[in-house]
Amino acid sequence: MGYPQQSHPKETPVLSQYFGDAAARSLFVWKQRGGYAALEKALGMAPAEIVAEVKESGLRGRGGAGFPTGMKWSFMKPGDGKPHYLCVNADESEPGTFKDREIMRWTPHALIEGSAIASYAIGAETCYIYIRGEFTEPLRVMEAAVKEAYAAGIVGPNAMGTGKRIDVYVHKGAGAYICGEETALMNSLEGKRGNPRIKPPFPAVAGVFGKPTTINNVETLAAVPHVLNKGPAWYKAMSHSNPKSTGTKLFSVCGNIAKPGNYEVEMGFPFKDFLFDLCGGPLPGRRFKAIVPGGSSVPIQTVEEAEATLMDYEGFVAQGSMLGSGGVIVFDDAQCIVKHIARFARFYAHESCAQCTQCREGTAWCTRILERIERGHGTMEDLDTLLELSENMTGTTICVLSDSCAAPIVSGIQKFRAEFEAHITGKRCPLGATAAA
Amino acid sequence: MKVHEMGGIRAESDSSHAEPGSVPYVPVFAGAVKQELDALLPRYPQKAAALLPALWIVQRERGWVSDEAMTEVAQLLALTPAYVKGVVTFYTMYHQHPVGKYFIQVCTTSPCGACGAEKVVEAFLRHTRCGELGITSQDGRYTVIEVECLGACGFATPVMVNEEFIESVTPEKVPQLLSQLP
Repeated sequence: MGYPQQSHPKETPVLSQYFGDAAARSLFVWKQRGGYAALEKALGMAPAEIVAEVKESGLRGRGGAGFPTGMKWSFMKPGDGKPHYLCVNADESEPGTFKDREIMRWTPHALIEGSAIASYAIGAETCYIYIRGEFTEPLRVMEAAVKEAYAAGIVGPNAMGTGKRIDVYVHKGAGAYICGEETALMNSLEGKRGNPRIKPPFPAVAGVFGKPTTINNVETLAAVPHVLNKGPAWYKAMSHSNPKSTGTKLFSVCGNIAKPGNYEVEMGFPFKDFLFDLCGGPLPGRRFKAIVPGGSSVPIQTVEEAEATLMDYEGFVAQGSMLGSGGVIVFDDAQCIVKHIARFARFYAHESCAQCTQCREGTAWCTRILERIERGHGTMEDLDTLLELSENMTGTTICVLSDSCAAPIVSGIQKFRAEFEAHITGKRCPLGATAAA
Repeated sequence: MKVHEMGGIRAESDSSHAEPGSVPYVPVFAGAVKQELDALLPRYPQKAAALLPALWIVQRERGWVSDEAMTEVAQLLALTPAYVKGVVTFYTMYHQHPVGKYFIQVCTTSPCGACGAEKVVEAFLRHTRCGELGITSQDGRYTVIEVECLGACGFATPVMVNEEFIESVTPEKVPQLLSQLP
C-alpha cells in the first residue's frame, strides 16, 4: 500500500512501490530508479513488437471492462496516413475507486512513460491525459512532471533524441462522471458536452477529432513499462487462478473496514485473506454485511460470495459480481442496505447525461422509489417496479450508465430482499429512527 | 428532486448578482490571459477543444462564468454563445452564479455516506452559518454543497475548499478547518 500505511507482506508492490515517497515524483530520482529505461527500449523496437509483447503479457484494461490491452492497440494501423491519438482516461470517478489518483500523485513519470510507449506503439504523435477537474493535486503533480519530461527531451518533437514526435498534454475535466466513458471523454476533449457516442464506429476507427484513437486507463498504462522491462513471462506468471487474468491489480478499499486504502495484489489472490489480513477485517464489534467489489457499478456481493472469491476478472464473475475498476466498498451490519442502494441510484440520476430516455427517466425514477422505501413509505409492488425498471435500463442505452444504476438495485433486491421487505412492512428503516410519518 | 439537492447553486443565493447590463463587461481575455489561451490552441487540431480550458481560465479570473463571459469565449473560439452555455451547464464545476469566497464541496456518495459524511455536511452548514446547501452565507464567505464521489473514498470524508483537497474530515475537525482559512 505504501501510503498512508506500510505495504503488507502479502502485497506485490509493482505500481505502488513508491506510493508515499514524494522523491519519486521528480524526474531525477525516477531515472535513478530505472525510469524511462522501458521507453528507451521501446523506441528501439518496431511498434508491432511492442504490441506483441503487451499481448503476450496478458495485460487487460484496468478501467473496468478488462479488454486485452495488446489487442486494443493492434486495432490501430500505424502508417495509414491519418493522425492517431492516445487518450489517457484519468477521469477516475467510479465511487469506491481511488487508485489512479495515487498513481498520478506519487508516480507521475510512470504514467508519462507508459503513455509515451503506448503512443509510439499505436503510431500516435499526440497523447491527451484527461484528468477529472476535482483532482487538483494529481493535476498539479502531472503538469509539473510533463513539464520536466519536455525540458529533458523525453517527450516532445524529438522524443529521447530519436527524432520521433510524442506530445503529451494534460487536459482538465470539469466535473462529470460520464466523461469516464471513453466516447464521452472524447466529446469532452473536443469541447463538447460529455455525451457518449453510438458505437460503431469504435474509437480505433473514428475517435477523438474523428481520427483513430486508443483510450487506456491510467493503471493499465503505468503497468506497461514494467512489462517491457521485465518481460511478458514475468508479468504472466503473476496469476494464481485463471490464466486470462495476469499481473498485479490495485484495489482501493473503503467504507466500514479497519484499514481502508490502496492494496496491490497478484491476480487470483483470495478475497477473504485480502479483506481480513490485508485490510484488517471489520471495525471493532462489527460484522461485514455486503461488499461491492468493483466500484458502484457492479452487482453487490454477500459476505459468503466475497469470501469464496478469487480476485481476478473471472473470479468475481463466478461469485455474482465483477472486478470492475477494483474499488472495494464495504458495508457493515450498522448500515442500511436500502439507504446505500438509494444513494447509489441518486448518484447515477445526478450523473446521467440524459441522452437516453431509459437512463434519464429510469435513474431518477429508481431513486424516488428507493428513497420512498427507505423512509418507510414503500409498497411490495415497488420492488417489482424496481426490477422491471432495471430490466428496461439494462442493455438498452448508448452507454452502460443506466446498466450500472440497475446492477446494485437488482443484486440488492435479490440478495437482501428481507431488508427491503422489513422497510415496507415495518414502515420504517429497521436500523434508523426514521419512522414513516 | 430539487435543484440544490442535486448539487446545483441557487441564483438568488447571491445578493450581489447584478442585473445584466448594469455594469459594463470587462473582457477576461486580454494581455497575459489572452496569451495563455493562445498558447493552448496549438495543442488541439480544432479550436473548440480549447473550450473547457478557456472556461477554467474565466472561472479562475472571475470566480464564476457569466453569460457575458460565455459570449466572449464563444467569439474567441468561433462558437455560438448558446453552444458554450450548453457546455457550461453540462459540467458541475463551472459556477453559473457567484459563490462564496470559499466554495466547500463535501463528498456524500455511498462510501463516504457509510463513514458519516452527512454529519460532516451538517457541521459545515452550522459552522459556516450557511444553513442550507447551495446558499452563500450572509458575509459572502462560504457556499457549501454536496458533491458526488471525489475519488478519495478511502480517506472519508474528502472535502474540497476551492482548489484545496482535504482528506479524512470529521465533524469535529470542521471548526478548526474553517478558522484556518484566511
